[in-house]
Amino acid sequence: MIIELGHFALILALATTLIQATLPLLGARRRDAALMNVGPVAAVGTFALIAASFAALTSAYVRSDFSVLNVWQNSHSMMPLLYKFTGVWGNHEGSMMLWVLILAFFGALVAVFGRNLPHTLRANVLAVQGWIACAFLIFVLLTSNPFIRLYPAPLEGQDLNPILQDFGLAVHPPMLYLGYVGFSITFSFAIAALIDGRIDAAWARWVRPWALAAWTFLTLGIAMGSYWSYYELGWGGWWFWDPVENASFMPWLAGTALLHSALVMEKREALKIWTVLLAILTFSLSLLGTFLVRSGVLTSVHAFATDPRRGVFILGILILFIGGAFALFAWRAPTLRQGGLFSPISREGALVLNNLFLTTATATVLVGTLYPLALEALTGEKISVGPPFFNLTFAPLIVPLFVAVPFGPLLAWKRGDLLAAAERLYFAMGAALLVALAVVYFATGAPVLAALGIGLGVYLMIGALADLAMRSGLGRIDAGKTWHRFKGLPRSVFGTTLAHFGLGVSLIGIVCATAFSTEMITTMKPGDVKAVGGYEVRFDGMRSETGGGYRADVATFSALDGAGRVVSTVSSAKRFYFARQQPTTEAGIRTFGFSQLYISLGDPEDGGGRVVRLWWKSQVVMIWLGAVIMAAGGVVSLSDRRLRIGAPARRRSRTLARPVAEPGE
Amino acid sequence: MTRKQKRLAIVVCGMAFIATAVILVMFALSSDITFFRTPSDLLAERPGPSTHIRLGGLVEPGTVVRGKGTQVSFDVTDRKHSVKVVYDGILPDLFRAGQGVVAEGNFPTGSDVFVADTVLAKHDEKYMPKEVVDELKKNGEWYGDTSTAGDARTAEK
Repeated sequence: MIIELGHFALILALATTLIQATLPLLGARRRDAALMNVGPVAAVGTFALIAASFAALTSAYVRSDFSVLNVWQNSHSMMPLLYKFTGVWGNHEGSMMLWVLILAFFGALVAVFGRNLPHTLRANVLAVQGWIACAFLIFVLLTSNPFIRLYPAPLEGQDLNPILQDFGLAVHPPMLYLGYVGFSITFSFAIAALIDGRIDAAWARWVRPWALAAWTFLTLGIAMGSYWSYYELGWGGWWFWDPVENASFMPWLAGTALLHSALVMEKREALKIWTVLLAILTFSLSLLGTFLVRSGVLTSVHAFATDPRRGVFILGILILFIGGAFALFAWRAPTLRQGGLFSPISREGALVLNNLFLTTATATVLVGTLYPLALEALTGEKISVGPPFFNLTFAPLIVPLFVAVPFGPLLAWKRGDLLAAAERLYFAMGAALLVALAVVYFATGAPVLAALGIGLGVYLMIGALADLAMRSGLGRIDAGKTWHRFKGLPRSVFGTTLAHFGLGVSLIGIVCATAFSTEMITTMKPGDVKAVGGYEVRFDGMRSETGGGYRADVATFSALDGAGRVVSTVSSAKRFYFARQQPTTEAGIRTFGFSQLYISLGDPEDGGGRVVRLWWKSQVVMIWLGAVIMAAGGVVSLSDRRLRIGAPARRRSRTLARPVAEPGE
Repeated sequence: MTRKQKRLAIVVCGMAFIATAVILVMFALSSDITFFRTPSDLLAERPGPSTHIRLGGLVEPGTVVRGKGTQVSFDVTDRKHSVKVVYDGILPDLFRAGQGVVAEGNFPTGSDVFVADTVLAKHDEKYMPKEVVDELKKNGEWYGDTSTAGDARTAEK
């Protein structure tokens, strides 16, 4: 009964999205407040209905109601409660439910927090949200309905894919979707602005927090996905330039560009058309990601099921929204009034450079991701584009950007002084050089490129702090005043610093993990000792274990320091899940500082030995730590007073009153 | 600078970026892509030792031989022809005789044995690499239905 109610709620939600998609739009055209006010009500109603529907599905999972096809296919009564719960989105239908739930959630947020938006803008934004929700609800109901019953009901479920029976499933998809789908808001704002034919600094001020929030979630989602695959799949890789990874990385790159260009628009009323284009592009890439992952054109851990109808349907949605958005853009963008100009050497100039780098980098990733699909469709030739392609194209485009990052915040708006900015970075550059030399000196045989990479990371980290030091007047005025100024700095400045600092941390992690990690595949018998990354690893023995739905061979290892003392024990296992007759590798991981000892287990050998794979992952934790710091920067920036208390009207009149300057003439 | 010059500067800068990206992409695409081949393809045309390919098919039952340490050899078949593959490393969890597999690697000079540096297998009992399914279907050697669920890989250097 609950299932039928859930199904019914979803159909009702489709009806409310239809209302949300049409009436507010009509109201905005006719300046009819009553019609426009339907928008928020419909948006909140849609969210409530989809939430109810989602709750119904969740209850079926928690109760292990195998009379529901979707539950039967992806759950098992023996699973721990957490996995029964997260298993809801551990399959195609459920994950699409999560997608629309989050979409409706964002729509409701706009409805609730958008009170200070101009009425027509809010109405249009909610209408566009309504279109997207409508399209995806039809998709769910027609091709991916999770509420289909099974008769007679089987006694036991087919179990969730063991790979997904992990805490990562509780975090990674919701975070990623909050990011992916969060960009639908900036998209809706862009489309609404194009419909209105009016766009100003206030628009950028409303859009930026949404972009920032989505970006923050996406950053965490990608980092979590990377860490999850690192520890769960047992092959120690944290990024493979897999098309599915790229699918989430492209909106991130474009979203990062959007954050920066929205800044220019908010402060200087420049780059309007470009910002609108980026907002459209970012969500288009999110949609493309959804298509790549959900349609089954790619094979990966994420492609749960292949049904050609689904692929065609999502492709249809993709073409409709992206094509429609670009057509609208081409038609309306020329009517948008262009804003202020600036000298090439200025904060704006630096942000434009940032955008050029990020969008070209996005384009190369896009080419690498779609080229194999296009080639197969056109010629039937099957190829794959792997890490070498991306290392060759993406790296040369992103490294110069890293060099430029610390300069940006140090340049003044309108017209900056490159030399003065460089002077403030002398310390960062010097420190970077010293570190690079130290790496070459101490880590004998270290590749020069790795030393330079670490130096670049240090330069990014210190360069990010240089902005704080400069703003608080460190070294120029007395300490008390500096502290006072430091405390008074806007939160957004700290946000920028944290984000750029985190970038440096991640870079160092990436470089070290790539250059200084060691790997050994060997056969070990109990008592055998191998040297790994400055520690001795002893194989202590094997034992058997059973858990929720699996039995496991667990190997225990001890890590010994130079003096032969046991500093840590590690257990690494191979599990065998009964329901799916499927083995998984549970890597044993111990963290030492920022580095990790990573042990994964292979097959038994004749004579009692065991194939073991031992890695020393140098500074690998910094990769994800950096991402977390970046996300923290996003959160801090979101808490900025400027964004919390929207005073857009005042701001707008001020920017309008300011004469459009023509610096540099 | 005038308004026009500034706009020009940005446009020129943008063009330079695009040109750089295009050159990099063209260069990378000409060297860093991997072609997919079936055992029959390889019989018809043997690639040189410098060509990195993905060999896809089924693991022929009864051919998996574990050697010393982590060495393993097996035959990959498309039910018409088969190719012997050697690999040094840990096989994916779901590597099994009779099931789909993709091996990445090359043929060393003068050798008929395919040396794999990476072996990809499935992440689910129902899964088979998509390329393999397509090839089997094309050759009329497809007997069962599958549903896709993922690919596990072990990467070897």
